[in-house]
Amino acid sequence: MSYISTTDTQKKQMLDVCGVDSIKKLFADIPPELQPKSFALPGGKSEFELHSFFQQLASKNYSHLVNFLGGGFYDHFIPAAIDALVSRSEFYTAYTPYQPELSQGTLQAIYEYQSDICRLTGLDIANASLYDGGTALFEACQMAISATGRRKIVMDGGVNPIYRKMINSYAANLSIELVDISVSHGQSDRDAIFKAIDDKTAIVLLQNPNFFGVIDDHSDIVNQCHEKGILAVQSVYPVAMALLKTPGEQGFDIATGEGQSLGLPLSFGGPYLGFMSVRKELARKMPGRVVARTTDTQNREGFVLSLQAREQHIRREKATSNICSNEALCALRAHMYLSLIGKEGFKEVASLCYNKANYAKERIKGIPGVEVMETSPTFNEFTIKLPMDAAECAGKLIDLGFAAGFPLGRYYKGMENYLLIAITEKRTKFEIGRLAEALEAVVCQ
Amino acid sequence: MVPADRKYAKTHEWVKIEGNLAVVGISDHAQDSLGDITFVDLPKPGAQVRGGSECAVIESVKAAGDLYSPVSGKIAEINESLETVPEKINTDPYGEGWIIKIKDFNAAEFDNLLDAAAYENFLESEA
Amino acid sequence: MSIIFKKSVPGRKGVQLPECDVPVLKKIDSKYLRSEDAQLCELSELDIVRHFTGLSRKNYGVDTNFYPLGSCTMKYNPKITEKIAALDGFSSLHPLLPQLRRGGSLTQGALSVIYELEQQLCEITGMDAFTTHPLAGAHGELTGMMLIAAYHKKKGNNKKVVIIPDEAHGTNPSSASIAGFEIRSVPTGENGRIDLEKLIPMIDQNTAAIMMTNPNTLGLFNPDIKKIANAAHAFDAMLYYDGANLNAILGKFRPGDADFDVIHVNLHKTFATPHGGGGPGAGPVGVKKHLEQFLPISRVAKRTDGIYALEYNYPDSIGYIAPFYGNFSVCLKAYAYILNLGAQGLIDVSENAVLNANYVFHSLKHYYEVPYPGTCMHECVFSARKQTENGVHALDIAKALIDKGMHPPTVYFPLIVKEALMVEPTETESKETLDTFIAAMIEIAHRAESEPQVFSDFPKTTPVSRLDETKAVKNMDFSYIT
Repeated sequence: MSYISTTDTQKKQMLDVCGVDSIKKLFADIPPELQPKSFALPGGKSEFELHSFFQQLASKNYSHLVNFLGGGFYDHFIPAAIDALVSRSEFYTAYTPYQPELSQGTLQAIYEYQSDICRLTGLDIANASLYDGGTALFEACQMAISATGRRKIVMDGGVNPIYRKMINSYAANLSIELVDISVSHGQSDRDAIFKAIDDKTAIVLLQNPNFFGVIDDHSDIVNQCHEKGILAVQSVYPVAMALLKTPGEQGFDIATGEGQSLGLPLSFGGPYLGFMSVRKELARKMPGRVVARTTDTQNREGFVLSLQAREQHIRREKATSNICSNEALCALRAHMYLSLIGKEGFKEVASLCYNKANYAKERIKGIPGVEVMETSPTFNEFTIKLPMDAAECAGKLIDLGFAAGFPLGRYYKGMENYLLIAITEKRTKFEIGRLAEALEAVVCQ
Repeated sequence: MVPADRKYAKTHEWVKIEGNLAVVGISDHAQDSLGDITFVDLPKPGAQVRGGSECAVIESVKAAGDLYSPVSGKIAEINESLETVPEKINTDPYGEGWIIKIKDFNAAEFDNLLDAAAYENFLESEA
Repeated sequence: MSIIFKKSVPGRKGVQLPECDVPVLKKIDSKYLRSEDAQLCELSELDIVRHFTGLSRKNYGVDTNFYPLGSCTMKYNPKITEKIAALDGFSSLHPLLPQLRRGGSLTQGALSVIYELEQQLCEITGMDAFTTHPLAGAHGELTGMMLIAAYHKKKGNNKKVVIIPDEAHGTNPSSASIAGFEIRSVPTGENGRIDLEKLIPMIDQNTAAIMMTNPNTLGLFNPDIKKIANAAHAFDAMLYYDGANLNAILGKFRPGDADFDVIHVNLHKTFATPHGGGGPGAGPVGVKKHLEQFLPISRVAKRTDGIYALEYNYPDSIGYIAPFYGNFSVCLKAYAYILNLGAQGLIDVSENAVLNANYVFHSLKHYYEVPYPGTCMHECVFSARKQTENGVHALDIAKALIDKGMHPPTVYFPLIVKEALMVEPTETESKETLDTFIAAMIEIAHRAESEPQVFSDFPKTTPVSRLDETKAVKNMDFSYIT
């Protein structure tokens, strides 16, 4: 099935107009020696066969486990209205809104999304989206390098280790100095950070809540940065922004984050949504598209892509970023989510996550041999220390029906016995209780 | 008409000598092809510039152009009013729309630039 | 349509959340709390449904009508792939789940999608190995450039320069630059292909790579590609294939057969995943054997017992370039599309894409200037230079077409064509649709002569007329302030 509607008779009429007698002749520019050496693909499948095939594949995935896995990617509730609205094909079969008169729907929605992100993060200007939280954080680094002319990046150990690995890859050929600072008692280590930052430092990368779920107020670090002409970026979990001090309130220059929790399914890693907001002064250094509100020839309100002279299609090798396609439809989902959940609902979601996580800590604390790390306050995710290898423990809990958490040994040396547990508003008291019982059964075996 | 009191680079900048300073802007042709200018990213006074290398960026709605300094020297002054009224480059490219002034500039480089007639010929050959 | 925040009514709710079923044990210390609530809107579900339905009606997609946006391959997106991507076994799958039991035994279905898609992309493009990780076309270019940098580093080559034709997409020079390379631009010759006489002497010890799009952005295939590959390889420079225009060559030409070393493909173009108003896309990258060891981690391997496993032990890998395995659900839709069409279906795609483009080209060539004559591939480029003599520009023609109920072609790209109009009809459009478009374009060409003065008022049928973009840049109103 090729979804082609041209009949053989029509093909002949069209070839006549082209002045050739076969389609083959239209490919005459491809020399015979460059004909494909092979094109061994299977024959096509009907829609019905295709669906059965993928149903079978889908059933091989353990998506039915009760999910306590987080690590920056969470199993949140997604209102049904989002799927219904986002699947309006006027949205999802549109291209980038280059012709504003035909794209006011996408453009206004993105403008509203940008406003949401500014409101969440307490900063002035947000862009129309980036690929994910990790690439957004690297874009923040690039901005800082361009704004300061310096090439040293200081990364807090509480920043998602996956993001730090990504930044390591991207920086490999760019003569950038990367400095990793380990956390102290789960929190940003002030002394170590202050020692590391100097007049060569472009930016300091922080995260709130950090990878261990720990809440912080980084105002003191931001102040020190600014005294030395250094920019500071905070990668944030957007749901926590319902309650926690915003990056803007802490004085950050840039906020970034992963928007998956705002109405996007987990989908085995993507598509996700990188968001970014900045202080007004950094607007022209910002990567990616941005939508502006303006007026038309009859003075009616309308929306357009703006500040395009920063972008790759105009500035080519001198652009602020190479991003072209972004995650527009994911941004639309996030905007729909925030609109549906609303001002009060958003606080409720955050409070549910926080309160249930505290309850889970309390339940797990009672298990002999298991220690809950509590030296610093946490939000919806927390670390426990097990009397056994955490990966082994999590493996056993699979058989009891749980994705119990993330074994930290994978990214942090010496933390092989630590498990990171995430709680969302979807987890019930009953499920949390069952997890605690299952955990007890496994560790006391 | 291209003013005859100054010299031109093939990258469409003009240079006019005022006392010991070389004043630099872009030609009417250049501003016209950029369209409505919305932003100028100016260098810092005191910065060294090299002849033929980029020293500022001029942005319009749908284009961006580099300003190549026609002569080497040191930035003596920048036209700060362009930060708020960049469209001066559109309305008065040869006067109020000047962009930078260079001191201690390389006079030999200035001599090698096109005069008004040569620049006009160059524009015609490009069209 | 009023901005959503203006419609907000204090106290109104759109979603009901469950009661808190656990005791509240503590509160967050006030020093960590924000001083005031995030000002999200307060609306009912129906308010929101009406708002977004209203917005959708001010939008235009492939499902609305013809969308001949050059370089974007706006083909029909089959609905079945959406249904597949929504299957709970895929959409609810946590990406860290494979970490919980060795080798990803919990996610065999998902890993098979990645592995098998990579295999099929290898076969389609003639490459040896693929990664699905890059999250968009430009991200694929960046990944490809990072692979090339890693290759040269490993070999001890000190190469800094990437050569790119002047007609290339802006992402090419931008991606290469972000990967740490210097860019040299090579001009296009009179036949609309890269100028070989200028290119060959540019290639030297310093050349790390040459990036090419073939067919290029003028819609023209370069038959000299082997010569270019040989010239590049003589200096150990890598040849990069920008797969943006892959829709022209399925089953007709495989970049791997012409000795390209690296390629990215845009799944949201050739493989029919919807573009979503700007994204998400996906830009898998393929390489030849000599670059495979540098591919990003993780990689999916298929063991002899048929089990798929995630592997991380590649010491020369460039590392992580995405948090997980790419835009998985986009990859899933593309894989479903490939299985749906099969070998012959894919060949039909390119044959009809090229037929449609040539049909438009030959039907309009007497009305619009043709900068580079000859047979085009999947897209054709006109210039509105003739019309500008009457003051009618490419942009005016685009806006006139909007009033005819159609999306305009790409305008002002490629940059080397003055007043460019770049038409990519795609294979899924019927002859009837193309004829309607051709008739509209001819009428517009006539009108540009008879009544050029009316064009500046177009479009008139849209919710807004032309917008003040200068004001937009100057005011920088990017966020609604209540």
